[in-house]
Amino acid sequence: MKKPTKQTITWRRITENRLFFPIVALTLILLFDFIFIPGFFAIENREGNLHGSLIDIFRNGSTVMILAIGMTLVIATGGVDLSVGATMAIAASVAGILMNPSALKNEVFFVTDPNYTFQPLWLVIIAALAISLICGLWNGVLVAYMRIQPMVATLILMISGRGIAQLITNGLRVQITYKPYAFIGQGWVILPFSLYLVAIVFAITWFITRKTAIGMFIESVGINFRSSYFSGIDEKKIKLLVYTFCGFCAGIAGLVASSNIKTSDANNIGLTTELDAILAVVIGGTSMAGGRFSLLASMVGALVMQAITQSMYAIGVPAFALQAIKAVVVIFVILLYSDQVKGFVRKISAPKKEV
Amino acid sequence: MSEVDQNILSMEGISKTFPGVQALDDVSLSLKKGEILCLVGENGAGKSTLMKVLTGVDKPDSGRIILDGKEIQTKSPQHAQSLGISTVYQEVNLCTNLTVAENILLGREPQKMRRIDWTKMNALASDTLKRLLGVDIDVTKSLGSYTVAIQQMVAIARALYIESAKILILDEPTSSLDVNETEQLFKVMRKLKNEGVGIIFITHFIGQIYEISDRITVLRNGKLVGTYETSAITRVGLISKMIGRSLAEFDEMTKIKLESSKHIRSEALLQAKEFGLTGAIQPFNLDLHAGEVVGLAGLLGSGRTETASILFGSDKADTGSISMNGSVVQDYSPLSSIKRGVALCPEDRKAAGIVDDLSVRENIILAIQASKGWFKYLSLPEQYEIAEKYIKLLSIATPSADQPVKNLSGGNQQKVILARWLAINPQILILDEPTRGIDVGTKAEIQKLVLSFAEDGKACVFISSELEEVLRTSHRIVVLREREKVAEFSGEVDENTIIQAIAGSEA
Ligand SMILES: Nc1ncnc2c1ncn2[C@@H]1O[C@H](COP(=O)(O)OP(=O)(O)OP(=O)(O)O)[C@@H](O)[C@H]1O
Ligand SMILES: [Mg+2]
Repeated sequence: MKKPTKQTITWRRITENRLFFPIVALTLILLFDFIFIPGFFAIENREGNLHGSLIDIFRNGSTVMILAIGMTLVIATGGVDLSVGATMAIAASVAGILMNPSALKNEVFFVTDPNYTFQPLWLVIIAALAISLICGLWNGVLVAYMRIQPMVATLILMISGRGIAQLITNGLRVQITYKPYAFIGQGWVILPFSLYLVAIVFAITWFITRKTAIGMFIESVGINFRSSYFSGIDEKKIKLLVYTFCGFCAGIAGLVASSNIKTSDANNIGLTTELDAILAVVIGGTSMAGGRFSLLASMVGALVMQAITQSMYAIGVPAFALQAIKAVVVIFVILLYSDQVKGFVRKISAPKKEV
Repeated sequence: MSEVDQNILSMEGISKTFPGVQALDDVSLSLKKGEILCLVGENGAGKSTLMKVLTGVDKPDSGRIILDGKEIQTKSPQHAQSLGISTVYQEVNLCTNLTVAENILLGREPQKMRRIDWTKMNALASDTLKRLLGVDIDVTKSLGSYTVAIQQMVAIARALYIESAKILILDEPTSSLDVNETEQLFKVMRKLKNEGVGIIFITHFIGQIYEISDRITVLRNGKLVGTYETSAITRVGLISKMIGRSLAEFDEMTKIKLESSKHIRSEALLQAKEFGLTGAIQPFNLDLHAGEVVGLAGLLGSGRTETASILFGSDKADTGSISMNGSVVQDYSPLSSIKRGVALCPEDRKAAGIVDDLSVRENIILAIQASKGWFKYLSLPEQYEIAEKYIKLLSIATPSADQPVKNLSGGNQQKVILARWLAINPQILILDEPTRGIDVGTKAEIQKLVLSFAEDGKACVFISSELEEVLRTSHRIVVLREREKVAEFSGEVDENTIIQAIAGSEA
């Protein structure tokens, strides 16, 4: 019996690895930057902290990376969460109002003391995350127990969420001047602090999904929920878990984003980031129909999204044109993952057969 | 020359490799006009792959396909269809959320004033089903609401509807059909044969091969064993060609069964009292004893599958109760059943059985893991140990335990599902068509396995549309008719008694 040659197998292993396409895409973008943007790769050492465009990609990408972690699990079950951007805004509003409650007195009150906060930081963070957890739970209940289609179910919070955020801050933008809070998004410990957050969330999620049965159950439910049900998997609980977790991730992302811009701006925080997060996951190769997922590939996907944005800004593409360019990238990625193109790549990459 | 001219189809020297598997190795096949050719071989022999190469689903690595004297290269199933090759695939690939009529006529809907003429379409579909296959159902209901057997009939009707077909390929169409439906299908096949259509028919039922075919092509391990005139080869000879050894197991079975019936205990593991579900199955009483195999016999739609699913709890009964080990069961759901030690290997392999992107290993351990919960994760070595054990026990043909289960042949997927349920080591094992699509050799193995399973003080409910099989394995046979339990036989019964009970003609 003839076995296929070793060479084809290893080549296939590489091209069929989940990380292959996202890494190729990221490399291409960075190559572009290397050629067209002088000093893009320069890394500067300021008082022991590293700065530079490359570091900025990571730092600015951290919100999308955190969102993408939760989103990966949701998409793996065959769902989607459109409300993460709105949840970010809610979390930011809660945090803002707890540090600077002036808005409740209907006045924009500029606290100038960087050491002033109404409530201690730990309470601020816990409250914001708790609210976002509840947002996620709400989505989970709608999807898992009310059997509402994920897109519709999460659309409810997507639309109403910003209103809720406005209500919390009495319709005003809350200035956040408390210094320690700014550290979340702007702090630096050799690398940007937000990157450590990404790493922690990633590590915990990876552990929970790959060192317990949860990851396999998520995939199983996403691939065939009837078979999963017959095998005794509690599909509803799994769904509740992933939506709740996704909301939690959005809460963390909301803290990072508001800390970055020093305001809790209910109208703009997290605006359209749900799409970036979804795209990051799709670029990472997780099918929107659910099934197999890779957290690491989603992280690379998030970096691809951020690298595109940053490169376009660097070469002077105006913000409005950026959306169009992202759209082109999306089309390109979706084409890459289509079966036809995959087959084509396989064909041209396979070594010629001896006749 | 004239010899060649008779062939409407010949495939020459076809080879096909998948990563780690040589599915076909230099296989040739020919089909004459108005001939029924049976394609046979063990699970994973390459039968489906050969047909997929012919219809353009899979591209061959080498080899030629000659249709009507012209070399062709099929690019896609649509292309094959336009060349006159009509196919019913092993895995029914219809849309379960569309209606039956839409499924039959999809892409060739009758039109009126450039719109789909729904009335005509429904009439046409209903007529096709009734006239050709004798199936009388409401074609405006969604396909998913019908059983696997009906879905299979719909798939066949769809293939038959193509009027210009020169070649008809049927990949295990009878695996979920009962005697009457099979007979109906054979009638249609004979009619098409007389009209000059060449038919390639894949089946694991030896009886059917002899009933319908002109010639037989045998594959083993991706290689061609040979092609034989049906009249010129004995059953024993054919089986040994297929599995490479002779098969004595079936004769042993009677002895094994007799032996195992001594182990039946009088205590009931499970007692169902006036248990039923409106519209699915009339309330019935049933005791399952330790050490016993209970067969459920009945026609399509007689309520066998429904009985199985309310016993397991995937459908909830609305009358009566079940007690296990003396206490009444309160909570009906697959998970609680599994925890109580009740397992159901469901009939619909594709929709309710396999999780196709997961590996063989993950599919096998899925139910054990579900009963252990989220956090008591089986370690990888434990997972491999369980998987390897069942791969060996059921001789599952797969390059490794990490192969996605969707890449396995149909019969091997079935074995994986069976392994999933054997692996939880249940007290009560309900098997709904467990040997569907499984080859002769392995079928005997599974029947023996069921008996030895019962011998350990457990009980098994065995459902099969193949009556012989039910007779061979069951200590007691329950007959269902029109969603009602109508009779029960224990000890030695002859086939005719059961057939009469099934048909309801004893009166
Ligand atoms: N897409 C695929 N990828 C990898 N291996 C495959 C693929 N399709 C089929 N195979 C392998 O090719 C071999 C032949 O499979 P095939 O489906 O043709 O068997 P079969 O004779 O139809 O068996 P059965 O009676 O169980 O239906 C099997 O070992 C199977 O695992
Ligand atoms: Mg097959």
